[in-house]
Amino acid sequence: MADRPALGRRDFLRMGVAASSATITAACGWDGGTLLRPSLLAISRINDAVGSALHSNARLAREYPLSARSRLVPSYFVSPELPVLERPEAWQLEIGGRVRKPLTLALHDLRSLPAVRYTVKHHCVEGWTTVATWAGVPFATIAALVEPGAGADYVRFDSFDANRDGVGYYNGWDLESAMHPQTIIAHSFNDRPLMPAHGAPARLYSPVKLGYKLTKYLTRISFTADRPGGYWEDQGYPWLGGI
Amino acid sequence: MDPSSSGVKRHHGIVRFTHWLNAVLLTGMIASGLQIYLAFPHFGRKNEPSVIPNPLDSYPFPEWARLGGWLAGGLNWHFALAWPFVLGGLLYLGFLAWTGEWRSILFRPRDLRPAIDMQLYYFRLRKTHPPQGKHNALQKAAYTFIIVLGAIAALTGFAIYKPVQLAWLTTLFGGYELARYWHFIAVWLFIGFTIVHVAAVLLADPASIRAIVTGWYRGRFPSHG
Repeated sequence: MADRPALGRRDFLRMGVAASSATITAACGWDGGTLLRPSLLAISRINDAVGSALHSNARLAREYPLSARSRLVPSYFVSPELPVLERPEAWQLEIGGRVRKPLTLALHDLRSLPAVRYTVKHHCVEGWTTVATWAGVPFATIAALVEPGAGADYVRFDSFDANRDGVGYYNGWDLESAMHPQTIIAHSFNDRPLMPAHGAPARLYSPVKLGYKLTKYLTRISFTADRPGGYWEDQGYPWLGGI
Repeated sequence: MDPSSSGVKRHHGIVRFTHWLNAVLLTGMIASGLQIYLAFPHFGRKNEPSVIPNPLDSYPFPEWARLGGWLAGGLNWHFALAWPFVLGGLLYLGFLAWTGEWRSILFRPRDLRPAIDMQLYYFRLRKTHPPQGKHNALQKAAYTFIIVLGAIAALTGFAIYKPVQLAWLTTLFGGYELARYWHFIAVWLFIGFTIVHVAAVLLADPASIRAIVTGWYRGRFPSHG
C-alpha cells in the first residue's frame, strides 16, 4: 500500500466523469432502473410532503362562468370497454373502514343529500386542461355522517373500472384534501346526470387534485390508517397529485 | 502565489460548483421536460383551438432527447432534479449578494453604453477593446439574462406544479396554459444561450474554461480577473 501512488484529484475527476457518463447513458430513456428508481420514488414522497404542507382547505379553486365551459370534455377509463352497470338502480356506495357508523348509500340517497355545484378547471397530469360544471355531495358531509374514528388518516376510493388483467382502478387520498370543501362525490356533469363516460353513476371530483386522483365509477369509500396506493400511483405516478 | 505563473484567481468554488451543477441539472431537466411535453405536445385547453404559437406542436421529440421513458418517469426525474436546481440557484444568488460579487455580474443602465462599444469592437467597428472590470458589459447582459431566465424557469415551474395552491403565481404568468408555455419557451432560451455561451468561450477566450474548472485564469485578459 505504502509504495502505491495515491490517487490524485485528477484521477478522481476522471473516474467521476467515466462513472457519471455511463450512468447517464444507462439512465436515458427509462424511469431510473433498479438503481435509481427507488431513490426517485423516495424523492417523490418528499415532494408529496411539501405538497401537503402547501395545501390549505381554506384555499378554493377559482370558479368560472358557464360561458368558459369546454365544448368537449375528454374522458377515459382503464377497462377494455366503457364500464356500464347492468342494473344502475342496484348500485350502492359503501362507506366504511375506520368509522363509527358505516353507511351504504343508494343513488337516490346520494341525490337527496345537499349538493354543491361549481364550474372549475380540470388539470390533467399530461398537461391539458378543460372546464366543466360538476355537482355532488361534499365528501365532508359524508364523513360527518359516518364519523371517522381514531387513526383514519387516509381515504381509499374503489371503483368498478378494471383493466384487462382485472386490476381495479382505485385511489388513495390524504384525509386533509378529501375534506376540502370542493371535494365532492359528483353525480352531475354540466347540469345533467353523470354519464358513463365520466364515471356514472357517481365519481370523486375535486379541482385541487390532478385528474388521475379522481376515481370514477365509485363503489366504495374506506377510511384507513395506512396509506393506500392507487392504480397509476402504484406504477410510479406522484401519490399526492395535489395542485 | 505569483500571478505570472499561476494566473489570477477568477471564480470562487461556489461559482464553479453551481455552474457545473446547473450544466448537468439543466440537461436532465430539459430531457425529462421534453418527456413530459410528449404527453400533451400542445398549449391551451384540450380539444380547443389555441391561439398560442408553437412551431413544435405535436413534435415527437426523439428518444435520445428524453429522460424518464414514460410520463411518470419523466415527472419523477423532473421533480427530483428540481430540488438541487432551486437550492443551487439560491446558493449562487446568496453568494452574489453576500460577497458583493453581484456588482460584476448585474447589468445596469450604466452598462448600456459600454455594451454598445463592446458590440462595435466585436463587429470590428472599433479598434480598441473597451475598458472593463471582471466581465465586459455584454457578458454582464448575458449573465444577468441567464440568472433571470433561471428564476423564471423555476417560478413558471411552480406555477404549473401548484396552480390552485399558488394561484397568485399562476395568474402572474397569465394562467396555467400560458405559464406552461413560458416554461417551454425557457427551454429554447437555455439552449440558445448555451450555444452562444460556448461559442463565445471557444472563439474569444478558451482560457476561461480552465478558470471555471480550477478557478485560475491564465488567459490573455488577466487584468479582467
